[in-house]
Order: sequence, then structure tokens, then C-alpha cells
Amino acid sequence: MSAGITKEHLEQTLRDKLSADHVEVIDTSGGCGQSYDVVIVSSVFEGKTVLQKHRLVNDAVKTEIAQLHAFSQKTYTPAQWVELSNK
Amino acid sequence: MSLRSLTRLANLGRPFTFNNLLTSSFIKNVNNEIRSPLASSILCRYISDSLKKTLDETVQKNDVVLFMKGTPEIPQCGFSRAVVQIFQAQGVDLSKVKTLNVLEDHELREGVKEYSQWPTVPQVYIKGEFIGGCDIMLNMHQSGDLEELLLKQGLVASDEELEKEE
Repeated sequence: MSAGITKEHLEQTLRDKLSADHVEVIDTSGGCGQSYDVVIVSSVFEGKTVLQKHRLVNDAVKTEIAQLHAFSQKTYTPAQWVELSNK
Repeated sequence: MSLRSLTRLANLGRPFTFNNLLTSSFIKNVNNEIRSPLASSILCRYISDSLKKTLDETVQKNDVVLFMKGTPEIPQCGFSRAVVQIFQAQGVDLSKVKTLNVLEDHELREGVKEYSQWPTVPQVYIKGEFIGGCDIMLNMHQSGDLEELLLKQGLVASDEELEKEE
């Protein structure tokens, strides 16, 4: 798919599949849609290790990641997110 | 033949944990949704027995294995470079890190993603265990978890040991 993955599509997919409270997708590709940084806040991350959280995200956007050049993620539980926002 | 029995067929004689994990998540997907992108990827990108055996041996025999784009001297991707720099910052002896350049081997490049059930490169294994990619390494580096793991596994010297040497 030469058109690439849109920011909106990625955001919606992450929101839907991970029941995320908050999703931030930053397009770092300079317009070609092949490189994204994402921040995801969801209660499904509760009690999981970083590796487990990242695997959840990777599974949710498996087909999308396969088409991207770069995909970087930060995952937080709602409590961690509040703590981070207050810093 | 149903998708599920196809998967079972593909997994015959493969007791490996990652594949078992894969199968269970795949079946869950079939139950949850009709469209399963995993189905095609399992059948198209299934890694060869010989590559799987090679990778098993590689991650078991070496304390630290890094699958990367390029070499530690000349990394060809910013994420791979970052992981090399993290190892350097932690004081890991890079000559003891087994690095494999996926850009030199297309089968390895695709196969390692399947092997680790991880969609991107770089990938790090420590003492046979999959640790993660660049994000996780950076995360663990910042939190101190990486130092703790490296110390526990005897891959870096503790402060006391360093003092003794001096």
C-alpha cells in the first residue's frame, strides 16, 4: 500500500482494540505516513510488564506495523498517565 | 479445511512456546472476529525449520544477541544505533554481544520477526530470553531495570568489583 497508514486510522484502531482512554499519534515521517510515535493510555495495561504491554499494542496494529518503516510506542496505565501529567 | 486446522497443521511438531502463544492468540482472533490478518501472515511467513534451529542455537549459546540493521560500528537505522549506544552506556563489552545484521539476509530479516513474534528490528535477547526492541531497551535503561538485569546475569561488573580491580 503506497498511500501508507494514516494517522487517523492508526489512532482509531488503537483506541478501538485497546479500549484506550487516550491515544496520541505523532507522524514522524515528514508526510509519507511510514513512521509514527504513539502514546497509549489504557487500563488494559494494568499489572502488565513493559514487554507484555508492547506485545498487546503490536498485536492490535499488527498489519499496520508491517507496512510502516518505524513505529515507536509509549504505554501507560491511567494512573501512570495522571502521575506523569502532574510532574 | 478450516483456518484453525490449517494453523494446527502449520504447528505440528513444534513445541516451541512462542508458537504456542501464537496459536492461542490466533484462535482467540478467529472467535472474536471474522477477519483475521494473522491467518495469512502465519501461512505466508512461516520460518523454515533450519532458520528456527539456527536462531534457537544463537540465542541459547550467546549471553547477549542483538538483531539489528547494520553493524555496531556502522548501524544503518537510528533504532539499532540507539540499542548499541545503550549497551555501551551500560558498559557491556560489545565484542561479547552477538550481533546479526538482518540487512544482509532477507530470510533472517523476515524470519526473526516471526521467531520472536515481534514486528520490528532491532531485537535483543539476553541469556536466551527475548527482552524487546528499542523502546523497551530505552525504557529499561532509564528505569534502571536494564542495569539490574545485566548485573544479575553477570554481564557487567558491579561498582564494588570495579573498585577491586583498581
